[in-house]
Amino acid sequence: MLTYIAKRVIYTLPIMLGVAIVCFLLVHIAPGDPLVSVLPPDASEQLRQQMMALYGFDRPYAEQFLKWLGRALGGDLGTSIRTNRPVVAEVGKAVSNTLMLAALATVIGFVLGSLFGFVAGSFRDTWIDKVASAISVTGVSVPHYWLGMVLVIIFSAQLGWLPPTGAGPGGSDNWVWDWAHIRHMILPAVTMSVIPMGIIARTVRALVAEILSQEFIAGLKAKGMSAFGIFRHVVKNAAPTALAVMGIQLGYLLGGSILIETVFSWPGTGLLLNDAIFQRDLPLLQGTILVLACFFVVLNLIVDVMQTAIDPRIARS
Amino acid sequence: MVQAVAPAMIDDATIERSPGYWSTVWRRFRRDPVAMIALGVIVLLILMAILAPYIAPHDPFRGATLRRLRPPGTPGYLLGTDELGRDMLSRLIYGARLSLFMGVTPVFLALFIGSAIGITAGYVGGIVNTLLMRTIDIIFAFPSVLLAIALSGAMGAGIVNGLISLTIVFIPPIARIAESVTTSVRSLDYVEAARASGAGALSIVRKHVLGNVLGPIFVYAMSLIAVSMILASGLSFLGLGVRPPEPEWGLMLNTLRTALYTQPMLCALPGIMIFITSISFNLLTDGLRSAMDIKA
Repeated sequence: MLTYIAKRVIYTLPIMLGVAIVCFLLVHIAPGDPLVSVLPPDASEQLRQQMMALYGFDRPYAEQFLKWLGRALGGDLGTSIRTNRPVVAEVGKAVSNTLMLAALATVIGFVLGSLFGFVAGSFRDTWIDKVASAISVTGVSVPHYWLGMVLVIIFSAQLGWLPPTGAGPGGSDNWVWDWAHIRHMILPAVTMSVIPMGIIARTVRALVAEILSQEFIAGLKAKGMSAFGIFRHVVKNAAPTALAVMGIQLGYLLGGSILIETVFSWPGTGLLLNDAIFQRDLPLLQGTILVLACFFVVLNLIVDVMQTAIDPRIARS
Repeated sequence: MVQAVAPAMIDDATIERSPGYWSTVWRRFRRDPVAMIALGVIVLLILMAILAPYIAPHDPFRGATLRRLRPPGTPGYLLGTDELGRDMLSRLIYGARLSLFMGVTPVFLALFIGSAIGITAGYVGGIVNTLLMRTIDIIFAFPSVLLAIALSGAMGAGIVNGLISLTIVFIPPIARIAESVTTSVRSLDYVEAARASGAGALSIVRKHVLGNVLGPIFVYAMSLIAVSMILASGLSFLGLGVRPPEPEWGLMLNTLRTALYTQPMLCALPGIMIFITSISFNLLTDGLRSAMDIKA
């Protein structure tokens, strides 16, 4: 087990390096001058050169990359061109906001998805299965940014029950766990939970149907085991895979929150990315993507290791 | 080992596959009403895109400040007008062109490039495999939505940049499947036998590898189209991808957001189109998968 974890961690290191290279290159595939958002259009050539030297853009790529990587490892992702604040500070706050939203959405998605998937898999090919499967295929097919708008129309514009945007009353961005703030979280979290709900429901349905068709279930039934006893066996067998899918989904939500955060103006990494892209704040863009991608790689590692801990057969295969 | 298998191979070869594999798949597919309806909807959407100039009641680009944001049901404007007074129905019909193009093209590009990479890596093996597949692993290490938005955000808005970003996002999963199927096919006895009897690499790939690889990859690629439709429209929704005044469903959803409170029905319309397209592709893939008996 320990050797497996060590192997898995060592395997992750070159991936991390590759991810860092891709993030670094992002700035250089961008057309135009990286300084376009700080320099006035009529800036003199001399000023431009000075700024290039200040940001280090005049050095060779390899040197720039190593310097950038060295600083990034030390926790310095540069300075946002737009706000002049350290990128790490901007990203840190946004990550915690997104993490909160994504975690809630994953929990909602997992609970509902497991429920629909379990029911569908247990009553395979009946009308109950058809209804549950229809819900899960809707979940993976609906454009979630549109669903967010529809929910705003219904629950904010028409009924007036929930706030349409922001993360707190009066646009305050200091999160507190009270109803005034939690209200703001409901619509974006529900919108975000739809995709993981659909994916988990589909996975669980296939898992449950597979497990129920195995011989040991027939054996347990023949032995006279109660329905609840059999339910426990099915859950035990389906749980590792379902939990792994849930972990990966959390990673996808963290990385893919930009559309939903744009719809709801939720002050997380997605909104930050949106700002970085449209204000051409390249250090911020680079830093945010690096942090989110590393999060995803580490999350994958954790899911793998945990899955192996639960089911050691995986390490051997 | 080769000798033990040889008689069975001859038997297989002499059994005439009378109906043919694909006609069997089609016969089973036809019996699935949900999949057939999905196929019908997709055919209608494609026809709508092709015939847009003949069926659209108005010019999708021509607006009028006097008739902005009319609700659906306005005489002469069946689905109302948008924020610039352009006919919604015509824009939704024309929108099928760019939306379908932006959603389907990256998947097909990725299908070609990804299979080429995966088959090369799997067939050649060794250092080539390591180099290609580790590079693929790095791209795969990014969450897909993040990578698509990061790439098109860095390159800037535009149709071509959007297509490139989405293609790059879809290459890794396809390459991985192609690589694993190729690697397993390569060591099968009959492929070894073909190689031993002097068949060249290209003819082995064409005859034995492609036949085994294309089925699973094609079905997988079909399932990506639904994701791609949502992502492509999502890019335009964010202001990346297609630029105004072109009619595209995601972009229309974005520009109509200003009317969220005044004309809610109107701004929900483009999303319904994306939803219908994406769910049809998902149901079609499900039907195809069970007709071909491939596990998800």
